[in-house]
Amino acid sequence: MREVREVRGVRAPLLVFAALALLVIAAPGLAPYAPGRQFDGYPYAPPMRPHVIDAAGAWHLPFAHPISLADPIERRYVEDRRARITFASREPWFLLGSDALGRDVLSRVLTGARLSLGLALLSAALALAIGAAIGAVAGYAGGWTDTWLMRIADLALVLPVIYAVLALRGALPLVLTTVQVFTAFVAVFALVGWPSAARGVRGIVVVEGRSGYAEAARALGASPARIIARHLLPATRGFLAVQATMLVPAFIMAEATLSFVGLGFAPPTPSWGVMLTDAASIRTTADTPWLLAPAGAIVLTVLVIHSVAHGRDPLLDS
Amino acid sequence: MTTIGFLARRVLAALALVFVATSGALLLAQLAPGDYASQFGRDQAQVAAERHRLGLDLPVAQQYARWLKRSLTLDLGESFQYQRPVTALVAERAWNTALLAATSLAVATLLGIPWGIVTGSRRGVLIRALRGVSLLFLSIPPLISSLTMLAVAARTGWLPVSGMGGVSHLVVPTLALALPIAAILERLQAQSIGDALATPMALSARARGISRRRIVWRHAWRQSLGPILAIYGVIVGTLFSGSFAVEIVTSWPGLGDLMRQALLTRDTYLVAGCAAAGAAFLAAGVLLGDVLHAVVDPRVGGA
Repeated sequence: MREVREVRGVRAPLLVFAALALLVIAAPGLAPYAPGRQFDGYPYAPPMRPHVIDAAGAWHLPFAHPISLADPIERRYVEDRRARITFASREPWFLLGSDALGRDVLSRVLTGARLSLGLALLSAALALAIGAAIGAVAGYAGGWTDTWLMRIADLALVLPVIYAVLALRGALPLVLTTVQVFTAFVAVFALVGWPSAARGVRGIVVVEGRSGYAEAARALGASPARIIARHLLPATRGFLAVQATMLVPAFIMAEATLSFVGLGFAPPTPSWGVMLTDAASIRTTADTPWLLAPAGAIVLTVLVIHSVAHGRDPLLDS
Repeated sequence: MTTIGFLARRVLAALALVFVATSGALLLAQLAPGDYASQFGRDQAQVAAERHRLGLDLPVAQQYARWLKRSLTLDLGESFQYQRPVTALVAERAWNTALLAATSLAVATLLGIPWGIVTGSRRGVLIRALRGVSLLFLSIPPLISSLTMLAVAARTGWLPVSGMGGVSHLVVPTLALALPIAAILERLQAQSIGDALATPMALSARARGISRRRIVWRHAWRQSLGPILAIYGVIVGTLFSGSFAVEIVTSWPGLGDLMRQALLTRDTYLVAGCAAAGAAFLAAGVLLGDVLHAVVDPRVGGA
């Protein structure tokens, strides 16, 4: 029973987060083109399907037919069925189409993963660390410290994430560089995200602190810091894993929303939120649905994270 | 403790939330580098004059004290850009946001609760499919669903694409907001009904030959509402986070849109006014959830 809970509780989310972290490192390297590269004469090019059989019926490694703009007004493209191109060819292969400036959407989504996912993972880790520290102190110290720390946590807990982040973002200059936005967001997200982790960790520490093994450690003369770090915090692992599966999606969305409204990363930086602003003009997006690719990336990521937390109810566990 | 005492404590907590959130928003906006006046061109004298006229040249503490004193009479200052009292501006927008939020909450509740009762009390392929759908809804944030639905609406011409008007204007923003919340409610309700069915009361009723359906719909579901009501406060928060994005995407003239403008133009008092309205809604939601929870489960209020 304990084995099963361990696997479900900690290992699955850890594996997913490790995979996402790997994506953060590797994804930009997988991009076929530089994210900022503008292909002249290819605005709003549609996604180009991969083929393995050419017109003559012969088999090849995956390839695409090159396209060219036939009618710039209607943005109509024609496919040259006789020619074959790969990512190494002179003509571009837009697997997920191109945007208004002729930039490859796939390359931008992959490069954007570094900012959007990296930001969410790093902020969640920091929020959990802060929350665990505060929760452990509150739970172990008890009394006045406990009451006030938890009162602050309760207050911060009910604030809607986006508004809290907005208010904190409001205190910063309007125009920031990409690195500044990244750093500021990590700090702001951690500040907004710690309370729920702190509450849960405090609860676990209070219960476990009364248990036999904590008592034994105390009797052997272990310091409070050692008891917390070595004996009590390990008991919170499962809870923290579940918290991470809630925080990471929330932070991915917060970045997307803030960049979307012009308070986050600024174009031409490729983040998923910035890319969504390209899809903001609805009339255009109706004709060029591939501009919603970053939305697909977000939903896919969040869905994967949610499905490892599936079966346990994160809201109930907190 | 008495019911009055319980209520009084909750109302005080709600007022404290509104006060802290509003003051926090105002102070943060005031401490921010740059102010409303600084966008008036390069002419330093003109900027200084504008700053003086708006009282922005006073120390932050003094500005705050002045605002605080006036706010006791429900005067939240004047918006720099609209040159109208913040209270009037915010009231207009808050009404629109409340309309959207209330509709979404109603749709989410009517959808999510029965859904959860069904998925929590039965098994089978269909139920697993239903749970899969709720997981999907849970994973599609309002910003993305509203963008996608609008793109579809624009392509097919089925629904209006932006603004506020008849009921048809409500469809996209309401669905975008309600679906993820319905999914949260489904998750909680399923868990909760499962717990309620495992109680000795439900088991003994089952042993006496009362049908499962009757137990679920007559007894267990009422018992299972407690945990749901307890998180309505959190849900109201989720609703507001989502409605910020949805309002901007669908050009719904609500608080989110106003707050964005206010933040981008450093319209400090307007920022605080929006925060006040948002916090008031939130506090009302939490309060309502607490009171309903106490009504359903008398142990909560009495203890």
